[in-house]
Amino acid sequence: MKGRKPAGERKERRKKQRERLAISKPKKGASGKTGAWRTFRPVIDPEKCSKCGLCSLYCPEGVISEDLKIDYDFCKGCGICANECPKKAIRMEREER
Amino acid sequence: MTPPAHGEPSLPPVFKRRAGETMAQIPKEEYILETTSACPGCSSSLSLRYILKAAGPDTVLVIPASCSSVIQGMYPNTAVNVPVYNIAFAAAASCASGMVAGLRRAGRETKVIVYAGDGGTVDIGLQALSGALERETDFLYICFDNEAYGNTGMQRSGSTPLGALTTTTPLGKIHPKKEIDRIVEAHHPPYQATAISAFPLDLFQKVEKALTFRGPSFIHLLAPCPTGWRFPHGKTIEVGRMAVKTAAWVLWERGQGRLSVSAPSKGPLKRPVPLQDYLGMQGRFKGLDPALLSRLQQGIGTNREAILAEAERP
Ligand SMILES: Cc1ncc(C[n+]2csc(CCOP(=O)(O)OP(=O)(O)O)c2C)c(N)n1
Ligand code: SF4
Ligand code: SF4
Ligand code: SF4
Ligand SMILES: [Mg+2]
Repeated sequence: MKGRKPAGERKERRKKQRERLAISKPKKGASGKTGAWRTFRPVIDPEKCSKCGLCSLYCPEGVISEDLKIDYDFCKGCGICANECPKKAIRMEREER
Repeated sequence: MTPPAHGEPSLPPVFKRRAGETMAQIPKEEYILETTSACPGCSSSLSLRYILKAAGPDTVLVIPASCSSVIQGMYPNTAVNVPVYNIAFAAAASCASGMVAGLRRAGRETKVIVYAGDGGTVDIGLQALSGALERETDFLYICFDNEAYGNTGMQRSGSTPLGALTTTTPLGKIHPKKEIDRIVEAHHPPYQATAISAFPLDLFQKVEKALTFRGPSFIHLLAPCPTGWRFPHGKTIEVGRMAVKTAAWVLWERGQGRLSVSAPSKGPLKRPVPLQDYLGMQGRFKGLDPALLSRLQQGIGTNREAILAEAERP
C-alpha cells in the first residue's frame, strides 16, 4: 500500500494512541466495598431454607453464592432476596455500626 | 463457515426449554464483578448479569450516556468483565454499525450489544437506531426502559407512561408512552422481543435467541427502578411481576412476522388483575388524576387487544 509505515512503527503508534484513551480495567471492588451502604443485613435461617436458589437468582449484585453464602463485603442490603424467598427464610436485621 | 442469510438463525433455536432445565443450564460465570455502583435493587445490575451470561465472553457492549454508563465503577476500574464502549448519547447504534463492520471484516464473530436507556433509545438515539436497523447491522439492541431519564434525576422521557410523576412532570405526564416497539417493527428486524428484569430466565433465553440471528434484533426491557418509580428497593421483582400480571407489560417475541406470547404473559393477557395493583405499589402514580388514569387504562387495554389479535392471527 502506498505510503504505509513499517509494521513496528504502526504498532508503536497504536500503543501511543491507546495511552491517550481512558480505558478502565475489570476489577472486583470497582465501586468500592458496597457492603458499607447497607442499613439492613440479610441473614439466612438454614432451618427454614429449602435451598431452592431463588435468592441467588434474583440478587441484582450476584453476591449470593451457589452454596448460599452472602458476600457481606458487597451486599447492598436491598432486601430483594428476603422479599422473594418463598420460605421466608431470610431476615433483614438492622446493622449496628 | 458461510454466514447465514439475513434473518435466518445461525444456530439451532434454543429457547423451547422447560423452566427447570433452563435454570440449570444458565452459565455460572458472572461477567459483572462485585459490584456495580447502581442503587440497591436496581434492575440494571440484575439484567446485565443475565444478558452477559447469555452472550458470553466474546461480546462487546456499547453503552450511551445513562445510568448504565455510570454504574460500571470508578475509573480506572470497571465492574464489567467484557469490553464496553461508552459513547455519546445519540451515537450508540451507529457506533455498533461501524464496530460490527470492522469485526466481521477482520473475520471475527464477536457479538455487539447496544445497552441503552429509554431516553437514549426512543428520544435521543432514535435516528441512529433506525439507521442501524435499516442497514441490517448484525447486532442486538437492548432498550433498558426505566421510563425516564434516570441518570440525571428522573426527568420525563418519551417512554414515561401517562400520568407518571417525574421531576419535569410534577402533576403527572400528559402524553402517552411512545410506542417504540411499533417503530422498530416497521423496520422488520429478524427478531424482536419484550422482557422484564423480574423474569431473568425469560430475559436470558431471549438474549440467547436474539444472538442466533444474523442481522439486527431488538429487546425492549422494562426495568422497574426503585429510585425513580418510588418503591422500596426490595420490591423490584414484585413490581415487575405485577406489571406482567396486570398486562401493563406484556412479554412476547416476534420473528419472521409471527408474534408469540411468552409463558408468563399467557394468563394475564386474557385475565389481567386490576391495574391499580401495579400502580398502587409506586409513588410515581400517587394522586393520579382520574382523567389521566382512564386514558392510561384505555391505552393498556388497546395494546393488550392488539397483541392478542396478532398472536391469534392464523
Ligand atoms: C447530548 C447529551 N445530552 C444530555 C446528556 C446528559 N445525560 C446523561 S445520562 C442522561 C439520562 C439518560 O436517560 P436514559 O437514556 O433513559 O437512561 P437512564 O439513565 O434512565 O438509564 C442525560 C440526560 C448527555 N450526556 N448528552
Ligand atoms: S430463596 Fe429462601 S429458601 Fe430459597 S435458597 Fe434462598 S433462603 Fe433458601
Ligand atoms: S440484600 Fe440485595 S444485594 Fe444483599 S444479598 Fe439480598 S438481594 Fe443480594
Ligand atoms: S436510578 Fe434506577 S435505573 Fe438508575 S441506577 Fe438507580 S435504580 Fe438503577
Ligand atoms: Mg431511562
